[in-house]
Amino acid sequence: MLKFFLSRLGTFIPTFLGVTLISFAFIRVLPGDPIIVMAGERGLSQERYEALRSQYGFDQPLYVQFWEYFTGVLQGDLGTSFVTNRPVWDEFFSLFPATLELSICAIIIAIALGLPAGVIAAVYRGKFFDRALMSTALIGYSMPIFWWALLLIIVFSGNLGWTPVSGRMGLLYFFDDVTGFMLIDSLLSGQEGAFGSAVHHLILPSIVLATIPLAVIARQTRSAMLEVLSEDYIRTARAKGLSPGRVNGLHALRNAMIPVITVIGLSVGTLLAGAILTETIFSWPGIGKWMVDSIFRRDYPVVQGGLLMIAVMVMFVNLIVDLLYGLINPKIRKR
Amino acid sequence: MKFRSTLAVSALALGLAGAASAQQTLVYCSEGSPEGFDPALYTAGTTFDASSHTVYNQLVEFETGTTNVVPGLAESWEVSEDGTQVTFTLREGVQFHSNDMFTPSRDFNADDVIHTFERQGGEGSWEYYNAMSMPDLIESIEKVDDMTVRFNLTRPEAPFIANMAMDFASIVSAEYAQAMEEAGTPEMVNQQPIGTGPFVFEDYQTDAVIRYSKNQDYWKSDEPKVDNLVFAITPDASVRLQRLQAGECHVMPYPNPADVESIRENDDLDLLEQEGLNVGYLAYNTTQEPFDDPQVRKALNMAIDKEAIIDVIFGGQAEQAKNPIPPTMWSYNEEIEDDPYDPEQARQMLEEAGVEDLSMKIWAMPVQRPYNPNARRMAELIQEDFSEVGVDVEIVSYEWGEYLERSSAEDRDGAVLLGWTGDNGDPDNFLAVLLGCDGVGGANRAQWCNEEFDSIVQEAKTVSDQSERADMYEEAQAIFKEQAPWATIAHSVVFMPVRSEVEGYIVHPLGGHLFDTVSINQD
Repeated sequence: MLKFFLSRLGTFIPTFLGVTLISFAFIRVLPGDPIIVMAGERGLSQERYEALRSQYGFDQPLYVQFWEYFTGVLQGDLGTSFVTNRPVWDEFFSLFPATLELSICAIIIAIALGLPAGVIAAVYRGKFFDRALMSTALIGYSMPIFWWALLLIIVFSGNLGWTPVSGRMGLLYFFDDVTGFMLIDSLLSGQEGAFGSAVHHLILPSIVLATIPLAVIARQTRSAMLEVLSEDYIRTARAKGLSPGRVNGLHALRNAMIPVITVIGLSVGTLLAGAILTETIFSWPGIGKWMVDSIFRRDYPVVQGGLLMIAVMVMFVNLIVDLLYGLINPKIRKR
Repeated sequence: MKFRSTLAVSALALGLAGAASAQQTLVYCSEGSPEGFDPALYTAGTTFDASSHTVYNQLVEFETGTTNVVPGLAESWEVSEDGTQVTFTLREGVQFHSNDMFTPSRDFNADDVIHTFERQGGEGSWEYYNAMSMPDLIESIEKVDDMTVRFNLTRPEAPFIANMAMDFASIVSAEYAQAMEEAGTPEMVNQQPIGTGPFVFEDYQTDAVIRYSKNQDYWKSDEPKVDNLVFAITPDASVRLQRLQAGECHVMPYPNPADVESIRENDDLDLLEQEGLNVGYLAYNTTQEPFDDPQVRKALNMAIDKEAIIDVIFGGQAEQAKNPIPPTMWSYNEEIEDDPYDPEQARQMLEEAGVEDLSMKIWAMPVQRPYNPNARRMAELIQEDFSEVGVDVEIVSYEWGEYLERSSAEDRDGAVLLGWTGDNGDPDNFLAVLLGCDGVGGANRAQWCNEEFDSIVQEAKTVSDQSERADMYEEAQAIFKEQAPWATIAHSVVFMPVRSEVEGYIVHPLGGHLFDTVSINQD
């Protein structure tokens, strides 16, 4: 197992190097000079332009800029935002818990509903249940997030008044950040009703963010289950007289889990992408909205630092997924 | 620095619940996050709302709802005969706020004024100060005594007084800056602002909520009216409206144009409106054939159906522009008659000017602006209008930074859609910046250098009497109309939906959102 872990970690390093380079290059290949964009309709004098270029280090050759960035990254320094003058690292970690909290809730919803839905659909293949679940999943998958979020807000917050429209916490509660996770901090604050408010605020955005992964997980579970259910050993298990629950739950589901876990791992990337829209609509102060603002402001250090951190997170999750394969299927770790 | 007062927190609860209470909390659903809290470092309105309009004051200020300049931290000012010396007499007994790290040891005085401007003359990204050419204009700043400051200018410049009311001119505490410098945390000036304004900064949760409390020692004794002010950052316009309807906030800016009618019909909401201090235009390149002929430009202007543009692009929520400055600005020339929409005559005029089979480019901006919410569509409408008079149009567009850069070039082809939102309510800020000879190759997208126009506008800068200046600008507008370097298209209307219990909110023509005079009627 240790050898397997090390070999996976070995692929981590070149990927990290590549991501560092891509995150640096990405914002620079976008057209538009950041200084000109900043000046807007007003424009600025050539003299001032040159002064700002040298202040931000843009007058240096690209390889020098990259080297400075790269050596900074190795020392844990992602640079300082042009706009807020705060270290990118600090900004990232003050906002990331909000995204993480939302993503965890979303993935829990997606797994808790998606797995059983896929299993049921596979077991009742071709029946009403199957068709209903799979068409719902298809709708969920194809729904534009923006529209879906607004629809939920209008119905549940506007018309029914069950949930707050947006934000992370009722404005009447206020406490210091301890962990950055509202569910935990609200409990720690000891303020009555704060935890309830945090839960209330999480409901709609988690549902919206969970929608696409839920649909994908349900469909993937169904097809993996169908494949496994046609295997000989399942027929043998049935022939042995095992109860359908044991056959489907123990023998089939466990073997169907590999592709499902892959999909769950891949959804982490989707979740972060979905978080950008979801956070903007629900005024959720996470890294999605932060990245979008930075791209518009051409805040190079934030865009490259933020991209790098997100990429590292996704790589990390994929590493865990790889390790999980090994746990579930011993064949993989022997390969 | 944190919002620790339990009194204030419970007041917030009461305020939102609408219960009768002595404490009032106003919640503003703002459209974005501030970049920081030191307004001199930035140019975005969202940042100014959260800093210069709440935490700070300026030496002079714009009377709310107008572009008139009235006393602020300076009680009065005097301009020397030759216009190169401006002396401000400062207000006595004004206190800076305090926070966990800093308590002022003295009242506001001349040192703070000098610090505010001298720091912007040094290194750093003091964008607005530079954009308004202040480094060239201010020769020196003198402390006459503790409560008197004199600005020595390199030339007479009437708009200087209005510049002193702008956001970059917000007065910061010299003592606080020094204390933070000594503590090794100079960035705190930008993150935990200390000013003299109506609201004391309490806390900012990045991208979520900004909290302020009332400045109990504010020098305008009857302001602000509310005890707490909260900015709930809500970037999406539809969501802002939902929050406003649900009572999660009291005031919101920038509604979707499509929602304006439903807001008007909602009994719980009031819709305030005001013409914005902006203009959207189409600038010909007046140095190139055939656009160097005013007859041709005028003919093309007459081919544009502005009414249709206002209906389609602005949803009817704009005013047709006939002058390069908006009607809310002093010196706006009412007498000017706009070129009528008359394709027939336009075609004739083009023929007379010897223009045949003209093909041209129209540049469409890639971004939304208040003065032009959909430039691409606007370009298409103009393309259709021009085809009626036999002019073939190709629409081009670039990424915003490229667009700004390429459209400034003197040898640029065709006509450019762009616009302007005023900085300081002074006509000079439109006429000299956008149409003066100095702006050719820069902000003057028409590359139009008309000696008569330019000399009037330049001279008006040196006159300190406002009515005399107004006469000069009116004359300049007449020349502009005759020469037609632009097709003036629209001045958009700014809408502010507020809940009906909100009293005293005034839409500011300069575009900022101010809450000093706002109260909540809790009956």
